[in-house]
Amino acid sequence: MSDQPVDYHPMWAELGLDLPTHDALLGAVGQLFGDAYLTQENRPQGMDYLNFVMSEVHGLRIKELDDYRKSGGKVFGTFCLYVPEEIIRAAAGWCVGLCAGAEFAYDQVEQIMPRNTCSLIKSFMGFKLAKVCPYIESADLVIGETTCDGKKKAYELLGDMHNVYVMELPQMKRDVDMAMWRDEIRDLMAKVEEVTGNTITAESLKASIKEVNDKRRALQRIAATRAADPAPISGKDALLATQVAFYDDVPRFTQMMNALADELEARVAAGEGVAPKGAKRILITGTPMALPNWKLHDIIEKAGAVVVGEEMCTGSRYYQDLVSEDASTLDEMVSDIAEKYLDINCACFTPNQGRLEDVVRMAKELGADGVIDYSLQFCGLYEMEANAVEKTVRDAGFPVLKITTDYSMEDVGQLATRIEAFLEML
Amino acid sequence: MRVLGLDIGSRSVDAVWLEDGRIVDWAVADSGFDPGSAAAVFVERNAHDAIVSTGYGRHGARERFGGTAVTEITAYGVGAARLFPHAFSVLDIGGQDTKVISLGPGGKVTDFEMNDKCAAGTGKFLEVMARALGFSLEEMAEQGIAASTGVSISSMCTVFAESEVTGLVHRGEDRARIARGLHESIAKRTLSSLKRVNARGPLVFAGGVAKNPAMVALISEGFEGDVLVPEEAQTVGALGAALSLGAAAHQ
Ligand code: SF4
Ligand code: SF4
Repeated sequence: MSDQPVDYHPMWAELGLDLPTHDALLGAVGQLFGDAYLTQENRPQGMDYLNFVMSEVHGLRIKELDDYRKSGGKVFGTFCLYVPEEIIRAAAGWCVGLCAGAEFAYDQVEQIMPRNTCSLIKSFMGFKLAKVCPYIESADLVIGETTCDGKKKAYELLGDMHNVYVMELPQMKRDVDMAMWRDEIRDLMAKVEEVTGNTITAESLKASIKEVNDKRRALQRIAATRAADPAPISGKDALLATQVAFYDDVPRFTQMMNALADELEARVAAGEGVAPKGAKRILITGTPMALPNWKLHDIIEKAGAVVVGEEMCTGSRYYQDLVSEDASTLDEMVSDIAEKYLDINCACFTPNQGRLEDVVRMAKELGADGVIDYSLQFCGLYEMEANAVEKTVRDAGFPVLKITTDYSMEDVGQLATRIEAFLEML
Repeated sequence: MRVLGLDIGSRSVDAVWLEDGRIVDWAVADSGFDPGSAAAVFVERNAHDAIVSTGYGRHGARERFGGTAVTEITAYGVGAARLFPHAFSVLDIGGQDTKVISLGPGGKVTDFEMNDKCAAGTGKFLEVMARALGFSLEEMAEQGIAASTGVSISSMCTVFAESEVTGLVHRGEDRARIARGLHESIAKRTLSSLKRVNARGPLVFAGGVAKNPAMVALISEGFEGDVLVPEEAQTVGALGAALSLGAAAHQ
């Protein structure tokens, strides 16, 4: 690394970004990050790496993708946890998460989709329409999936502007669904092989399974330390680690997160924490929080509590299960991958009892004082399921607060009152 | 020890002074454009040893005057339980929000709900509707009580309801029946919110809208259990804030 700040504008221009708008976005994200993250006290040293990644979020990482593509490598963009990174990496593809967590260019978005679409969808569409996301512009192929209705239709719209491939995801978890899902994964393999020009072998797939498992293991280690009181890491920082997991270089990220986990384990052993011992402990469950969506964590932690877990796709759902490493044939590996991925408990499945069990188990394991259910407004799936979550969690003896919100900052004051009152009640 | 409880709301700034737990003075002022200055007048008015602020301006007040802050939810719970020791729930309809609170022993909050972002079903809603009907707030309540049946109003959104009301007026609908319908629609929404938090009686009805006789009548009619309206309905939050200091000290 040289001390000279690098000017990435030529690279962004080459990717087709709208430079003035993009500059404005980067400025806003930088400020948001400063307010939410750099004001925290007593952060683990290992967070320096993630601070650095954030400061280079559209810089160095994009440069790496760019270099990789110029040397013949391919980049794949994904939106959902169900798209198996192992398959992509086995063909030497690189995977980047494309979900977006900020309100952007909604005026343009609302010309092509209804206003009452969830923030997640509106946001990635806004980033695409306003040409401010270097990740999507770096993606040789975007892989969508038939999860919710909104995304299904959004991929059709995105297909007019970008190279999109859509995986069919079952909505139940019976044997027939598993069989179909295995076929879908095989089809994805063929597609990825076609785009990369590389063949997926038992060897390469075994290696990528191990590599992605290692990434999840590192995140599991971090998650486990959060059961300690005092918690050694803020919820905001832990959330950032999961958010970055979706697009950072896999071996490097794994190494840095293991180093962070070492530090956190030492902190726990020394009884050191970010919030004082006895601070109220909150588990969050619900819709994913894509970068730079730190709204809820920020409100909760600024009110003096600490978030100890996230039962969401930017949380435990991402790292709690591993793919078996025992298989030796390609077929077995595909089955193992299919099984691991179909085990994810998303509200687009019916029934989704597994999620309810996960929430209660996590609340107990992490010693939560209360649970906050977070739904994005207009996400019918999670908003509907919120009632079942509320009931189950309450029956298990934990107070619950249900929140429905979006990416806008209008309701921050109101949310703060509700959250503070909830904390006062615990 | 003398504690000043300040409730800085969107419509009014309320203050209560407690001397060893007894109310020694109270005051209410309009928030106006600068609720902080209205509060500053109260801070100057009497000597005090501690300040506890509540209401949406609580954090600003804490920064400006020192002391601590609690949310309106906690403050209303504690305040209502002091005024009515047997109360098991609180309803507060203020200028811009509605809260329903379920209480355990000693005014401890066991569950609560607040309306979302908009002004639906709040004091603001009633003000806008009174204007659309050409009534003052008092007249609208009187007319609402006088009418035997109400026109059903389908929109809860302030903006939509306003045009609905204007439409009804133009069609020659009886304004008193519209007035009743408006109060009924808020009452209905409020009652279902009370159900969701399992509110049991006696219910303390506080906040600015508790001064509206039509709302009090309709809530009393629909709620299973006694409905109690404190004499100074507006100062429950400030009282609770001041009392919460003692409660915290006892913990
Ligand atoms: S919430 Fe469901 S649809 Fe959304 S990313 Fe997670 S698994 Fe995919
Ligand atoms: S938050 Fe809900 S509506 Fe939005 S993309 Fe995810 S599943 Fe679909």
